Amino acid sequence: MAALSIRALSKRYANLEVLKGIDLDIESGEFTVLVGPSGCGKSTLLNIVAGLDRASDGTIEIGGRIVNDVPPKDRDIAMVFQSYALYPSMTVRQNITFGMECRHVPKAEQEKAVANVAKLLQIEPLLGRKPSQLSGGQRQRVAMGRALVRDPLLFLFDEPLSNLDAKLRVEMRMEIKRLHQRIGATIVYVTHDQVEAMTMATRIAVMHQGEVQQFADPDTVYRYPANLFVARFMGSPPMNTMRARLEAENGGPVVVIGAGRPDEVRLRLRGYDAAAPFVGREVVLGIRPECIAEGSRVFAGDAPIIVNAPVEMVEPTGAETIVLLRLGGEPAMARITPDIRPTPGASAAFALDTRRICLFDPETERLIA
Amino acid sequence: MTDAVSTATRPGRPAISGVVRRLPEYLMIWVPLLFSAAHLVSFSLWTIWISFTPSTLVPVSGWVGLRNYTAVMASRNWQIAFDNLLLFGSAFVLLSLVTGLVLAILLDQRIRGENVLRSIFLYPLAVSFVVTGTVWSWLLNPGIGIQKLVHDLGWTSFRFDWLVNRDMAIWTIVIAAIWQSSGFAMALFLAGLRSVDADIIKAAQIDGAGPIRIYRRVILPTLWPITITVVVVQLQFAISAFDLVRALTNGGPGIATQLPALVVYDLMFQRGLLGRGAAAAVLMLLILLAVLLPYAAWRYFRRATHA
Repeated sequence: MAALSIRALSKRYANLEVLKGIDLDIESGEFTVLVGPSGCGKSTLLNIVAGLDRASDGTIEIGGRIVNDVPPKDRDIAMVFQSYALYPSMTVRQNITFGMECRHVPKAEQEKAVANVAKLLQIEPLLGRKPSQLSGGQRQRVAMGRALVRDPLLFLFDEPLSNLDAKLRVEMRMEIKRLHQRIGATIVYVTHDQVEAMTMATRIAVMHQGEVQQFADPDTVYRYPANLFVARFMGSPPMNTMRARLEAENGGPVVVIGAGRPDEVRLRLRGYDAAAPFVGREVVLGIRPECIAEGSRVFAGDAPIIVNAPVEMVEPTGAETIVLLRLGGEPAMARITPDIRPTPGASAAFALDTRRICLFDPETERLIA
Repeated sequence: MTDAVSTATRPGRPAISGVVRRLPEYLMIWVPLLFSAAHLVSFSLWTIWISFTPSTLVPVSGWVGLRNYTAVMASRNWQIAFDNLLLFGSAFVLLSLVTGLVLAILLDQRIRGENVLRSIFLYPLAVSFVVTGTVWSWLLNPGIGIQKLVHDLGWTSFRFDWLVNRDMAIWTIVIAAIWQSSGFAMALFLAGLRSVDADIIKAAQIDGAGPIRIYRRVILPTLWPITITVVVVQLQFAISAFDLVRALTNGGPGIATQLPALVVYDLMFQRGLLGRGAAAAVLMLLILLAVLLPYAAWRYFRRATHA
């Protein structure tokens, strides 16, 4: 059963169209991440699902019931906010029970529910404290407790980790994921951080300019980005994209970067049949930085494809070395092993993994193959 | 001036030229500050000293111990003034707090014309107390004010003569004072309401709280530090109220609306009893301190616990 169905949903403010016909079906038990740059409409969409904002058009169904005109409290949802939004004058316990108090749940039942949630989130020692006496991570936990205690059909998370420091964010990320695996809740999670999307989601909806660009599982989004926006948004460093020309050679497609230049790069492609109509035309080639490595690297399968390319800059990060190089005159990033440090200004050999190259139509910017 | 200000924020200047360049700042800040502090402290000390002397029309030296104080506190004038202060102070503070809060909550509903309304509500604050007192003394005067207006409209049995009624006259001061200063409370409360995180209200909506419960349980509890500030500011106005009362009722009818500041004025400048007037003034100072010292302590502890 679909826990959440969004049909042809749009939102306009005066002449500004924030959401342009969103369609999403989220299955029960899924962890869906809405990801996109700021201003893409993801938070507006979440607010409309929560009932805090109204849609201009379209329908929202939660658990098979159309909820467009249902107030937030009756939608059977719980929400965790970026600012935590804890009630400052109440203790942690009161924060968690406030919703039950509003719904006139008997006291004994409230006590039991609080005890359960506090145990699950390990916040038992904090129950008597005020939010101002908690650290950021503890506040985040309490905010989740407030949502969990409701046991709703749908959990909504609005950038819950972006106020935490980097270390805590990684910890909480794992904790939320573990929590999802344990209680099997349906979660819609909004973030601008593509790493959070990749690590937590069972399905990712990439949003841009009020539209869903791609809605698929993380591997598909990463491996087969539906268009150039998704390709450049997901991954850090992002996918290298460059103008190239598709040619046919011995009956197979060959993609040429910097065609006609003395340093042009010709890459033979296998299994790119879908690209046949583009032979003889310009395409946009996408290659992930991890598909460009030091010359001695052997990518599984075929004989390695080695290219000599000038190195412009080297950024050691500890775990790897990021190299800015030029392929047929086009800038590209490579991820190589940390102990190799090519000299900037000189040429070096790089191994390419051509099996994971993406080709995009330069006009529609959509994935060809 | 701008030059001095801009160099003040720039570190690493040679010391002497720095002092010279910042001289205008020192002069503008420290000279008036020292001057007014010296004024305040020296005259307060002088008043305290006078309150222990047998001074009448002119200050004289001598020591009478607490005689001036016992005389003032035994006088009917002072007793009525003190009772009035208790009534006026608590009624005025409480009602201006409620009025200000209600206005702030109503303004907070994202209504049209908010800026205009806010200015209107704040405007009385810009009017001098003497003007407020005078205007209200006309409005409340049964012969020329509201009562007459209603009579002229045809309701001839209407009575609104609080200004000349011994028991009710103190309430006219309360009304005028609320009119004057509830805008101030409103402005502070509105700022407090606006500083509540919008997400908190959204969270409460999802939790299923209605508007009344959201205000009562979530928003209003965050306003209590502002409430304390408003109470203290209004209380110290109430304690030192003089010009408003002088213009509105001048302590009358009879001495029904006597307040401590009026008693001080009366003793010092109308009866020529400097020593007693000073004693009454010192008593006023003590009442003020009884309000301000706990407030200062509260601020201090609050800052200490939040740091």
